[in-house]
Parts: sequence; C-alpha cells; structure tokens
Amino acid sequence: MITVYVNGTARQLADDCNIARLVDELGYSGKRIAIECNADIVPRSLYEKHMLHDGDRLEIVGAVGGG
Amino acid sequence: MNDHLIIAGKSYSSRLLVGTGKYKDFAETRAALDASGTEIVTVAIRRTNLGQNPNEPSLLDAVPPSKYTYLPNTAGCYTADDAVRTLRLARELLDGHSLVKLEVLGDPQSLYPNVIETLSAAKTLVSEGFHVMVYTSDDPIIAKQLEDIGCVAIMPLASLIGSGMGILNPWNLQLIMDRVKVPVIVDAGVGTASDAAIAMELGCAGVLMNTAIAGAKNPVLMASAMKMATEAGRAAYLAGRMPKKLYSASPSSPTAGIIASVRS
Repeated sequence: MITVYVNGTARQLADDCNIARLVDELGYSGKRIAIECNADIVPRSLYEKHMLHDGDRLEIVGAVGGG
Repeated sequence: MNDHLIIAGKSYSSRLLVGTGKYKDFAETRAALDASGTEIVTVAIRRTNLGQNPNEPSLLDAVPPSKYTYLPNTAGCYTADDAVRTLRLARELLDGHSLVKLEVLGDPQSLYPNVIETLSAAKTLVSEGFHVMVYTSDDPIIAKQLEDIGCVAIMPLASLIGSGMGILNPWNLQLIMDRVKVPVIVDAGVGTASDAAIAMELGCAGVLMNTAIAGAKNPVLMASAMKMATEAGRAAYLAGRMPKKLYSASPSSPTAGIIASVRS
C-alpha cells in the first residue's frame, strides 16, 4: 500500500494505482475536475499513464461560485 | 449602436461582468445572471469536497460555459505561485480556456491587492499564453506596468472588495485610463446602481461586481438595476456630458416673448 494526500487528506491506495483509478474510486469519472500532482498539472489524457507514488500530494479542483 | 467591449480580440455586447459567489442557491445565481445581461462571469477554483456526493448539481450545470464566458479567478491567493497554479488548474478544468482573472491579495482584512505578487504572477501567466485580466490597486504606474507585461484588461478597485463603498477615487481611475490602452474595468467596491453608472460615465470600459448584486435584499432586481445603470452610464459617457459651471446665464427657455409686467 502507498499513502497519498488528496486535497490535504491522507488516503491509502494499492501499490500500482494510477490517477485514473483514483478518480474512479472518488466517483469523479466523467466529472469536470482538474488535477495537480506535486504542484504539476496532470492533463486528463495522462490519467491512465500517471502512476501514483508514496507521499504524492494531489489537488483535485472544480469550479465553484466566486467573485 | 455598435458599441462593443473587446477583450483579447473577443467582442461582448454587455459591459457588466458578474461574479457567481454568495447567492442563496444556483437558481438565484442563474436568475441574477440572466437579469444582469452579463456575458462574462467570474468563478472560483476550489478543492472538490471529497465527502460530498459527486453527482450533486454543480455551478457548471447552473451556469453553462456554453452560454457564458467563464473568467476563472484566483481570489483567496496570497502569493504569485498559488495564483499561477490555480489558473493552470483552471485552464485544465476548462479545456484550455485562457481568459482568466488574476487577483493576488495582500491581507485578509482589507483584501487589498498585493501588487508585487500580482506583477510577478502576471509575467508568468502571460508568458504561458494566458489572457490575463488583472485586479489591482488604483495606482496608475502599476496599471501601466501590468499593461506593458501584456495583461488584456486592467481592473482597478473602486473601493475595497465587498465594501460597497462606491467610487472613492475617480481621479486615480482617470489617471489609469489616460495611461492605459487596454480596457479598464472597475473591479470591486460597487455598492449600488449609481456607482456603476459613475464608473461608466468616467469612461471605464466595464464594471465587475458580485456582492453588490448577491448581497442585495433582492439580488435579481439589483442585477437588472445594474444592467440599466451600466448601459445608462456608458450612453452618458458616449453622449458627452455638458460642462459643469457655477452659473449658466443661459436659460433653457427663450428670453424673447416674455409677457409684460402689469406693475409699472
């Protein structure tokens, strides 16, 4: 198992987990989100390829009301 | 009349830009936006709520990006680095959308812009191909520097964010407009319709507001008031007001043909 931090919260994942699988686990498949891993953007097209590593810090964002 | 607001080469018929925060619900957001006639709406980029049902309605359903031009902003960012990261996320979120609102704040009480961080973020964003509409102080020298960096609109505050204090320093806005060629849009401080009209009468290219509408007792009615005020102020600016003078000595009615006095 590895531990990654999603929006500041620790989460246990399988060793061979990619971002697409994490997105699926979170129920975000097909949703309009954007993801940053360790302060770098991960384009949607790379979710399958991008493997997660122990200690990775992910930010998952959406659009909300704001001025 | 063919009088469009042009930002980064795109033409808009409304000069009123509206924020999507602080409304009671998405229905009110949508009704207020419709009443305002706005075409450009600001949105915030925030962490998704991991505990929440992912199928709940989202802002994107209520305010479809197909109908409105989204202006993702960096409200809440206090450093250039956070602002740049936020807008890179916004561009990914919105399929390569490049028109953004940069706002780097200085302190949480006043929400006054930190122009040093703003200049730094603007440089990075412009170099990465963003079209940056930038929130800033009403300092004309900083405004010109932001234009020189390549920002596509300069958006000075009229008074502090959310204060509703109106146009406190019209002279500085004038100094900015005298120096800057890109659209100057008043961002922050508008409290009521007359404030929007004053900004437009001064010659501003547009006004951006959120709390003035969302914080009104009847946001939808205020949105419609803001639409009319923005249009009225713009028309008055284009019409060219009469000069102010202490005495006119020029009455509106003819001076000839006045009936004679019977007391002699």
